[in-house]
Amino acid sequence: MATLEAMNIVIPIKQVPETSKVKMDPTTGVMVRQGVEAIINPLDLYAIEVGIELAASGGGRTTVISMGPPAAETAIREAIAMGCDEGGLLSGREFAGSDTWATSYALARAIATLPPCDLILCGERATDGDTGQVGPGIAAWLDLPVVTYVSGILRGGEGRLVVRRLVEDGCETLEVELPCVLTVVKEAAYPRLPTLRGKQRARAARVPVWTAADIGADVGALGLEGSPTRVVKIESPTVARHGQICTPKDPGQVEAAVEGIIAYMEKLDLL
Amino acid sequence: MKGKGKQAAPKKAQPRATVPHLGSAQERGEVWVLAEQRGGIVQRISFELLARGRALADRLAVELTAVLLGPTAQPGLRELIERGADRVIHVDAAALEHFLGEPHMRVLECLIKARRPQIVLAGATTTGRTLMPLVAVRCRTGLTADCTHLEIEAGTGHLLQVRPAIGGNIMATIKSPRHRPQMATVRPRSMAPLKADSKRRGEIIIEQAPAELLASRIRRLSFEAAEADGANLPEAPVIIAGGRGLKKRESFGLIHELASLLGAAVGASRDAVDRGWIGYPHQVGLSGKTVSPRLYLCAGISGSVQHLAGIKTAENIIAINNNPDAPIFNIADYGVVADLFEVLPLLMKKLAAYKAAKGEPTESAPARGAPAGGVS
Ligand SMILES: Cc1cc2nc3c(=O)[nH]c(=O)nc-3n(C[C@H](O)[C@H](O)[C@H](O)COP(=O)(O)OP(=O)(O)OC[C@H]3O[C@@H](n4cnc5c(N)ncnc54)[C@H](O)[C@@H]3O)c2cc1C
Ligand SMILES: Nc1ncnc2c1ncn2[C@@H]1O[C@H](COP(=O)(O)O)[C@@H](O)[C@H]1O
Repeated sequence: MATLEAMNIVIPIKQVPETSKVKMDPTTGVMVRQGVEAIINPLDLYAIEVGIELAASGGGRTTVISMGPPAAETAIREAIAMGCDEGGLLSGREFAGSDTWATSYALARAIATLPPCDLILCGERATDGDTGQVGPGIAAWLDLPVVTYVSGILRGGEGRLVVRRLVEDGCETLEVELPCVLTVVKEAAYPRLPTLRGKQRARAARVPVWTAADIGADVGALGLEGSPTRVVKIESPTVARHGQICTPKDPGQVEAAVEGIIAYMEKLDLL
Repeated sequence: MKGKGKQAAPKKAQPRATVPHLGSAQERGEVWVLAEQRGGIVQRISFELLARGRALADRLAVELTAVLLGPTAQPGLRELIERGADRVIHVDAAALEHFLGEPHMRVLECLIKARRPQIVLAGATTTGRTLMPLVAVRCRTGLTADCTHLEIEAGTGHLLQVRPAIGGNIMATIKSPRHRPQMATVRPRSMAPLKADSKRRGEIIIEQAPAELLASRIRRLSFEAAEADGANLPEAPVIIAGGRGLKKRESFGLIHELASLLGAAVGASRDAVDRGWIGYPHQVGLSGKTVSPRLYLCAGISGSVQHLAGIKTAENIIAINNNPDAPIFNIADYGVVADLFEVLPLLMKKLAAYKAAKGEPTESAPARGAPAGGVS
């Protein structure tokens, strides 16, 4: 990666349940997080890595922020252990149950309260909510340009970055003015592991907790109440399809099984 | 925290003050779909959206409008009407040729504020998934991502938006009871387009966009097209996918060969991608693409929860794996417990014979190595 100017980089990260075995509260439609181990959204690790590399190349700084329950502090410390410089947590009842609209509002308010930043790096999407809406949402609240699905940062300078963006039919090269928001995909980086020194730093780090008042947010636009969308029903679809399984015992049966595949394709009118 | 060495003081990032919501739930506006064009050609997702939009508009007894941004060939505009639109609003400014974010956002925001639709749908594509959250924030309204089912709630007329969540383990129904428009992105290939009806009538409105809406802080410098077997997995009707069971990069060529024989796209498990056998754009699953093809055929993939998260909405799944206990068989419609190195070559031989018998030209598909499309 080319050497870049010093940048102040903010990285919003989300803490998500470790497995895909999380439950939802059927009455409120909110996720029940108790009893499930929480990790940094795996896709946010790429944003963290890109941020650390950019900061290292230009002498900039990285700040991780997260909105979540008090326990999300762990995620911030993990990011610091990886090499981020500092972090802060948005936490309080007023934020609970926020949808992507309210979440992006809160994160945008927090970013606006921090010293001016040049770059905001998000993950492509969170593996639990799986919307990918928060990154662009932050950009809209802050009136910044946003490039989504960024697979690499090619070069920078003069207040601009040149990035690659993966789309359906190929790969775009775009030039974007700073400050801006980027959401990055897996190809953008190989996340590093925390180092021993990093872990020590993380343990010693002070992680401030911000409330709505601290970031000057309108409480009416936060939490379940401030969210335009409502989850009204949760269903668990049956997963097993009880399909036909063949276990061929000899070459003749393999042949029959393969003919079965062709018959299946024929039935779907794919041939 | 101080930024050193910046040439200009950056514009301080300031959220706009909260403003009253745009519309109330009482408004009886139109149903809108955001059509997409690439290179001036209207994309299939537009017609899928029209099929959904038509059903909703009929149920609400309102009109259905397709909004199309960017220069587009005339037949495409007609086809939007033939496949369900009552009206097409076309903003054909050259600045909207490629999706850049800001100009699209401002134009769509402006149209919505002027004409007040009650529902706006877009594809859950790289464009829709970027543009819609921008516009939803600007219009102070809710947005539901990646819906697979939409319907109108009896009595209230609200849009019920159903989407898979938590890796496809649950289906959540979401609505925006107090905000208008109600916005949703819809998963590609989750609905078939309506048949084109050349007798359908509708109006085409050409809108001019004022220059100040078209300014952009992003410039497109170049574009590199993906390989033909490419990365357009979410829209592919047939996907052939391979995993670690392929053993090495060279044998992953079997997957490419079978895919090109069927005109299918190539998918892969994370394991195959991490080993560098194929590029990340081909990864299917929790941290890759979510797909809904008519047929997903996979070989040498165990079916980890993370992989299954990406294929839960596939219509049909065929799995080849030599381990009878592989979890992929819990979700497969047709499974073959056998060595893929026997099954795949035999399948290709028989498919070729089948095509020859049907009288199709049998130019043998060239085997391809892992495409250059992905940096691995
Ligand atoms: C946070 C997170 C996110 C993840 N995201 C994804 C994701 O998006 N997509 C994804 O795919 N994975 C993802 N994974 C990884 C996932 O957990 C699995 O490791 C991965 O899917 C395994 O890939 P595989 O099925 O190719 O390999 P394996 O699990 O090793 O399966 C190989 C299969 O091939 C079979 N096999 C071997 N030889 C033959 C033969 N000769 N003939 C037939 N069959 C044979 C074996 O029986 C086995 O079932 C993620 C993991 C984590 C922790
Ligand atoms: N609660 C949160 N706190 C901090 N960052 C978040 C939060 N939710 C989402 N993000 C960021 O937005 C990205 C997209 O998330 P989502 O829109 O929820 O899929 C994530 O990868 C994070 O970078």
